[in-house]
Amino acid sequence: MIKSIWHWIQRFSSPKHFYGMSAKLIPWFTVSALLVGLYGLYLGLFVAPTDYQQGESYRIIFIHVPAAWMSLFVYMVMAISSGIGIIWQIRLADMVAAASAPIGASFAFLALVTGSLWGKPMWGAYWVWDARLTSELILLFLYFGYMALQSAIEDQRSADKASGLLAIVGVVNITIIHYSVEWWNTLHQGATVAKFDKPSMHIDMLIPLLLMALAFKLFYAAVVLVRTRNEALYRDRNRRWVRELINEL
Amino acid sequence: MLKAYYYLLMRDLRLAFRNRHELANPLIFFVLVVTLFPLAVTPTTEALRAMAPGVIWVSALLAVLLSLDRLFKEDFDDGSLDQLMLSPNPLVILVLAKVTAHWFLTGLPLVIIAPLLGMFMALPDEAGAVLIYSLLLGTPVLSLIGAIGVSLTVAVNRGGVLLSLIVLPLYIPILIFGANAVDVAMDGLPVRGQLLFLAAVLVLALSLAPLATAVALRITASR
Amino acid sequence: MNWSEFFHMGGYAFYVWTSYALTLVIVVANIVSPLLQRRKIIARIKRAIKRENIELAKSHE
Repeated sequence: MIKSIWHWIQRFSSPKHFYGMSAKLIPWFTVSALLVGLYGLYLGLFVAPTDYQQGESYRIIFIHVPAAWMSLFVYMVMAISSGIGIIWQIRLADMVAAASAPIGASFAFLALVTGSLWGKPMWGAYWVWDARLTSELILLFLYFGYMALQSAIEDQRSADKASGLLAIVGVVNITIIHYSVEWWNTLHQGATVAKFDKPSMHIDMLIPLLLMALAFKLFYAAVVLVRTRNEALYRDRNRRWVRELINEL
Repeated sequence: MLKAYYYLLMRDLRLAFRNRHELANPLIFFVLVVTLFPLAVTPTTEALRAMAPGVIWVSALLAVLLSLDRLFKEDFDDGSLDQLMLSPNPLVILVLAKVTAHWFLTGLPLVIIAPLLGMFMALPDEAGAVLIYSLLLGTPVLSLIGAIGVSLTVAVNRGGVLLSLIVLPLYIPILIFGANAVDVAMDGLPVRGQLLFLAAVLVLALSLAPLATAVALRITASR
Repeated sequence: MNWSEFFHMGGYAFYVWTSYALTLVIVVANIVSPLLQRRKIIARIKRAIKRENIELAKSHE
């Protein structure tokens, strides 16, 4: 029983099978990301009421917070699939992890810049050592470390395993970092951060926020599939299925 | 198993004491970096005290970072690392021995010389004591986490910058709590929380980091 | 609410629209870069196949 499941997983996770299947999934993710995103933008920019404290500037929240959530989510995906790759030797999982890194890093960057653009009118400075911004910056560094290690090791297999292990260590650390930065921040700044916090959010603001977060995740799903396909093509470039595929193009 | 731990620890220490001048390098670096700050900012007692915890902790962090290479580099180059991995003893124990040796050779000297730096930076006595406690709890963690980083990068050519890129973000919690403990001690406030946090992180690192290092060494060796 | 008011964003136009513009840039970059990467990889494999075929033909001569 277990053996047959194992066979099934292996067949299912073969790059060749994935390549064929993902082609059918990508359009669905792309279209749904676009639709959900446009609807979320419409609600966020036109329907959601003006914030009584921050005026219109709070509308940055509809991209800043989803971007920050996404960067963390992608890091988790990276660590989990790295773990699967290391423990069960599933190559597809390694490919997903490697494909995720640039996407996650770009959204961590987006979260940082939009955060500082939001901070300027709120705090009067582009950069304040706010707990969440600082954590986000460290997350970006973790992404850089992952990508640097991945590209520094020539042998693909050990590059995957090494950077995968780093991603897993990073996840253990993220929680500690998050906690310690939060604690450090309350010590040094206290009240300034409170402005960012919305104890209870108006439902008309919350819905577009969640919609945008969903749209970002769908977008990630589409892009990571395209990138994983690239990885599969490149890594299997000397195998028959890729050769046959290329000859057909 | 304990024997293997002991022998490897002694071997590393003996090897290190053979070239004694190299032994002092991280220590001199540590003192040197701390000395730069009064020169760069101002040597008034107030300014020194305000920056002392941060400066000393950051310098200790950099000194450990620079010495991390010593953990596995030579053993990797001359092939004795492969030998170690072939030994019947669990790799985790051997890693632990190597990390212990590394701490004895870098972390502990930093702790011992810290009072001198406290004096340089005009730290009051109580804060000086807390500085030693925090370094005593924090520097082993730096060695433990660093071991993961080195074992991942030891086979990479010119992996020095890569190593710092990987390891420094992981050091941040230690830096925050270590420096803060000293800072708080200067105000005469209780520092138990910070020290307990450092101790907790030490226990966590002690149980998880050698495992991760062992896995990383196997990955590096499998090329 | 009219359009000029909408674009004005209550005086925060610069911050809000820069944020949204940057998001657009990041999203577009995330779409374009894997597509370019794909093209490159395919071209590379095609070249490799060509080279191998030439070598194969030569060895038969």
